Amino acid sequence: MSAESFGKLGAATIASSVRAGDASPSDMVRASFERAREIGAGPDGLNIYLHSNEQASLDDADAIHKRIESATDAGVLAGVPIAIKDNIASLGLPTTCGSRILAGYVSPFEATAITRLRASGALIVAKTNMDEFAMGSSTENSAYGPTRNPLDVRCVPGGSSGGSAAAVAAGITPIALGSETGGSVRQPAAFCGVVGVKPTYGRVSRYGLVAFASSLDQIGVLGRTVDDAALALETIAGFDNMDSTSSDADVPIYRLSALGGPAPDKRGPEAAALEAIRIGRTPVPIPPPPSAKTLEGVVIGKPKEYFPDSLDPSIRDVCERSLDRFRSMGATVRDISLPRSPLAIPVYYILAPAEASSNLARFDGVRYGLRVDPGKGLKAMYEATRSQGFGPETTRRVLLGTYVLSAGYYDAYYKKAQAVRTLIGDDFRSVFGSGVNAIFTPTTPTTAFHVGAISDPYEMYLNDIFTVTANLAGVPAISVPIGRVRRLPVGGQIITAHFDEYTMFRLAYALEAALGSEAHQ
Amino acid sequence: MAVTREDVLHIADLARLGVDGARADALTKELSAILAHMEVLSAVDTASVPSTAGVGAEGTPLRPDVGVPPLMERTLESFAPAMRDGFFIVPRLATHEDPAESGA
Repeated sequence: MSAESFGKLGAATIASSVRAGDASPSDMVRASFERAREIGAGPDGLNIYLHSNEQASLDDADAIHKRIESATDAGVLAGVPIAIKDNIASLGLPTTCGSRILAGYVSPFEATAITRLRASGALIVAKTNMDEFAMGSSTENSAYGPTRNPLDVRCVPGGSSGGSAAAVAAGITPIALGSETGGSVRQPAAFCGVVGVKPTYGRVSRYGLVAFASSLDQIGVLGRTVDDAALALETIAGFDNMDSTSSDADVPIYRLSALGGPAPDKRGPEAAALEAIRIGRTPVPIPPPPSAKTLEGVVIGKPKEYFPDSLDPSIRDVCERSLDRFRSMGATVRDISLPRSPLAIPVYYILAPAEASSNLARFDGVRYGLRVDPGKGLKAMYEATRSQGFGPETTRRVLLGTYVLSAGYYDAYYKKAQAVRTLIGDDFRSVFGSGVNAIFTPTTPTTAFHVGAISDPYEMYLNDIFTVTANLAGVPAISVPIGRVRRLPVGGQIITAHFDEYTMFRLAYALEAALGSEAHQ
Repeated sequence: MAVTREDVLHIADLARLGVDGARADALTKELSAILAHMEVLSAVDTASVPSTAGVGAEGTPLRPDVGVPPLMERTLESFAPAMRDGFFIVPRLATHEDPAESGA
């Protein structure tokens, strides 16, 4: 198989071929690394990968091969190469968070999400580049240099999970893990023309995700298709004793949402058949093609605050095309309002830096990472280590967070932002309580911009304007490719109520099928 | 609310970040510009609105009140900048002079 043809395979296709013995796990690893070399994923090229070890990945592939030979269930992701954002703790490969302060650091433990991927047969092939500590929207804030967008190397891939989005867009892996705090999976997914999911807060364990803003952080997934993303999320989702904010709500088989209707009861009479699908022993039934009844009875909200007069008319047009497709599949599109959404950026850029200033206090040169000791005592060591270890944006946000939490400013900024966050959450509760099943918006106000084009910090923050509300409210959201504007991808965002990823995927599958090749034109 | 240079130096000290003079000037402008965008929040009436500190919507059950040992596959010594006898070694507090430097 050529590296290019490998890059077009979905995760489910790879896994079923590997389980059936038609392809070997090591062939999948070799094809992934060959594709990475072909596309120039290293630091002299697109700078997608920070760390990889082909031999270690091949050793992991051998272990999966032995599981198949011994007739053990190899897992629903058997032999699927996966890339991981470099702020998710992994055994074997370093975890640097794109920061100089963690250069060379190898975690002594592994994130639950990675452990679950491995248990399902997935093969970790690389850690991907990112904005330092996930602070950024372009992957230009990495201490290891910017990542370039595989679709146009003059452009950024978005951020902060830019390396993961670029790995999927370049056909190196069908799935990658990223992380979200304010849109860091969905925005790069939109810029790179792939699918990106931010799950409900609590849906995926944060154990092993290096903390940025703990009340907002979630591990998310990127996939070449909706099916790749659904398969990845149902693998990593679910309760974890190691994360006190992890939810014990049931995890449906999201891939079945493509068939329409509600999620089948895993404890009902079909339990055995559903379990066979969940673990990959039997395939998911092929959904019927889109029809006028595919989304019958579904109400989709179109919030006016996300379609302002200033929105790029070309982006508006591709969004309207998607809304037309929803209507043609039987859905009702209703004009709605999320009136406090324009306040979300100020709220987010108070709360996230405040939490970051606390979380990043642990990087002090004592227990791990960089130590710079000028020989003038403990405080001087702290200051030298942190000022040389953190880049400009991380420094800016730590200072901003320290300021809004400091005496005299706490009430005016931090407490105020927490109260307005309540109002933003109320907006979503009100809409979903009024019979709306999902909300549709553009994922970003622009397409990918050129490397170096944005130097003003607040202008960069505005990239999150359509994504950050879902993080503040804790609701799930997905970005799917819905077309191109001036040859660059545009993402459409579907937001649903807490823990209703099933409906989110149902609409995403339907839109992807209805748009077909138009999603990438 | 404009941030002053003294504010920047004060919060840098609180955050244990070494910030030199030129950088302090630049940060004063940057933080003031960012915070100016936050002023819009002051116009929102939140007198009777509770704060949101977290968004765990459901199903975050209490767990058994027992500690879970960390699953460490590498030792602290393998990544700590300096350790001895199971303790992290740090520079001395600078509240008193180093005898070696003062010639005592």
